[in-house]
Amino acid sequence: MNKLRVERVSKMFGGLQALKNVSLETGGEILGLIGPNGAGKTTLFNVISGFLPPTEGAVYYNGHSLHRFRPHQIVRLGIARTFQIVKPFGDLSVLDNVLTGCGMPVYPSWRAFFRRYHTPLTEKAADEILELTDLSAWRDVPASSLPIGLQRRLEIARALATRPDLLLLDEPAAGLTSHEAEALAQLVRRLHQQGKSIIVIEHNMAFAMGLCERIVVLAQGEIIAVGPPEEIQNNEQVINVYLGRSK
Amino acid sequence: MSGYLMSVAVFVGIWVTLALSLNILTGYAGQVSLGHAAFFGIGAYTSAVLAVRYGQPFGVDFLAAILVTGLAGTVLGLPSLRVRHDFLVLATMGVNFVVVAVFKYVDFFGGAMGLVNIPAPEFFGTTFRGGVPYLLLVWGYVVVVWLVSWYISKTWVGLAFHTIRLDEDAAAAVGVSSARFKIYAFGISAALAGGAGSLYAHFIGSVFPDTFVFVESIAILSMIVFGGVGTLRGPIIGAIILKAAPELLRFVQDYRFTIYGALLVLMMLFQPMGLIGEGSWLWRNLTALFRRPAASQQPQQEVAQ
Ligand SMILES: Nc1ncnc2c1ncn2[C@@H]1O[C@H](COP(=O)(O)OP(=O)(O)OP(=O)(O)O)[C@@H](O)[C@H]1O
Ligand SMILES: [Mg+2]
Repeated sequence: MNKLRVERVSKMFGGLQALKNVSLETGGEILGLIGPNGAGKTTLFNVISGFLPPTEGAVYYNGHSLHRFRPHQIVRLGIARTFQIVKPFGDLSVLDNVLTGCGMPVYPSWRAFFRRYHTPLTEKAADEILELTDLSAWRDVPASSLPIGLQRRLEIARALATRPDLLLLDEPAAGLTSHEAEALAQLVRRLHQQGKSIIVIEHNMAFAMGLCERIVVLAQGEIIAVGPPEEIQNNEQVINVYLGRSK
Repeated sequence: MSGYLMSVAVFVGIWVTLALSLNILTGYAGQVSLGHAAFFGIGAYTSAVLAVRYGQPFGVDFLAAILVTGLAGTVLGLPSLRVRHDFLVLATMGVNFVVVAVFKYVDFFGGAMGLVNIPAPEFFGTTFRGGVPYLLLVWGYVVVVWLVSWYISKTWVGLAFHTIRLDEDAAAAVGVSSARFKIYAFGISAALAGGAGSLYAHFIGSVFPDTFVFVESIAILSMIVFGGVGTLRGPIIGAIILKAAPELLRFVQDYRFTIYGALLVLMMLFQPMGLIGEGSWLWRNLTALFRRPAASQQPQQEVAQ
């Protein structure tokens, strides 16, 4: 069930190697992905979610290669993502933003022409997600009017609306107060309990250590360590490369 | 109503449907097109050819114009999938030039002399051109196009259009294929413009390539930008004002394309949401005028918490 396998993935941007021979396997856990700026974390998400083709290597989900799958098709397979630089649909209400995700099964079919997106049924589904992500109070305001912390949460809500099995969160705690970050950690734990697999990119070490069962450390496009938080915390190389560099 | 005013009202109605149809592509799906007159032309020529060369009745011409133009829009929309934004504008311009050139240089389409003697529509044995019946026919089509626009805005297709207009990456992240929905938008938009072309051809009784040139595309685009892109009211008001003014004010007629172009630039600079679009100066003040004070306070507080 929702097993993701990244196999020897490399990604070049011209002369810049953003990912070097990255292999990892995950499923059923909360996996942390950490590393200094420019380590290639977001690039790895872009490769997994189909926004960028890998230069070499491949990504498998439940045994199927994701080669040549477009981003909108990968969502349909059950892998949803958020963006580090949030991309809410600004002039849509918070509710409608979530509804865009609820429509995922309908878009490729002719039904999309003949069904309204505001019905008691669709609104109920979206309201449940707003409830879960604690956004109900902002249901009817335009997404652009939300502060950044709430926009990040909305982005998670929108991803959840596609009913993913695997959720890729790109720095969801960035810019949150410690109180908000704790609420976010609780939400992620709850989603995990519901059976979702989660990969979280995180800059805040303490946050990642408290949340994740296992952590992958990327530096300059290479995985330099994998293991449980305690082990990572005491890993010489990680301390040098990652902690040393981010002062 | 005099015959002259009647024919102005017919033209205005036809251009309202052109504006509303372009609004689906540009306003809803965010694909700026400078080639809409080409689809108007394809509709007009389809109708004209069927009527003049094959003697088909109006009903057949009209439906065929919608179908053929919708198909043409879908096919001509395909190259646009490969380009974004500024290049799309160029690509649609190119389509407009090519289509007009085909009308002009292919004998089958009558060349520069166009196709003439298109018979008036005939229903139940009576023909009519001009007069109240044709006015009703045209404005009936306005209602149909408005209803289609309104209905689309309520469906999942409308929501998907909105997502690709705002951010194609975010759209993909919720499962929207921008290619699929751009093609839908091109097809629907073109089909509706094709209907307008058919009504135009049967009203005038002749078609010439020069009617469907690139500057006409600018005129149609400036109508929706002037009124308010993406809304259901803006394109109607924009088309009514910008089409009726040159017809009624003779001195404007000579400079109308200059005025369309200037308006397009001015609106984009100072009121990109259009005259009565969401959040425009006029619309804000109009709605504030009619809204009860209590109701206008409520959303403000919600944002503040
Ligand atoms: N589309 C792109 N084109 C060219 N270079 C890119 C592109 N995306 C990323 N890069 C480069 O690849 C490297 C890795 O970038 P990436 O965004 O994956 O890092 P990151 O680990 O997410 O960093 P951060 O913590 O700052 O988000 C960087 O040097 C970046 O400049
Ligand atoms: Mg990043």
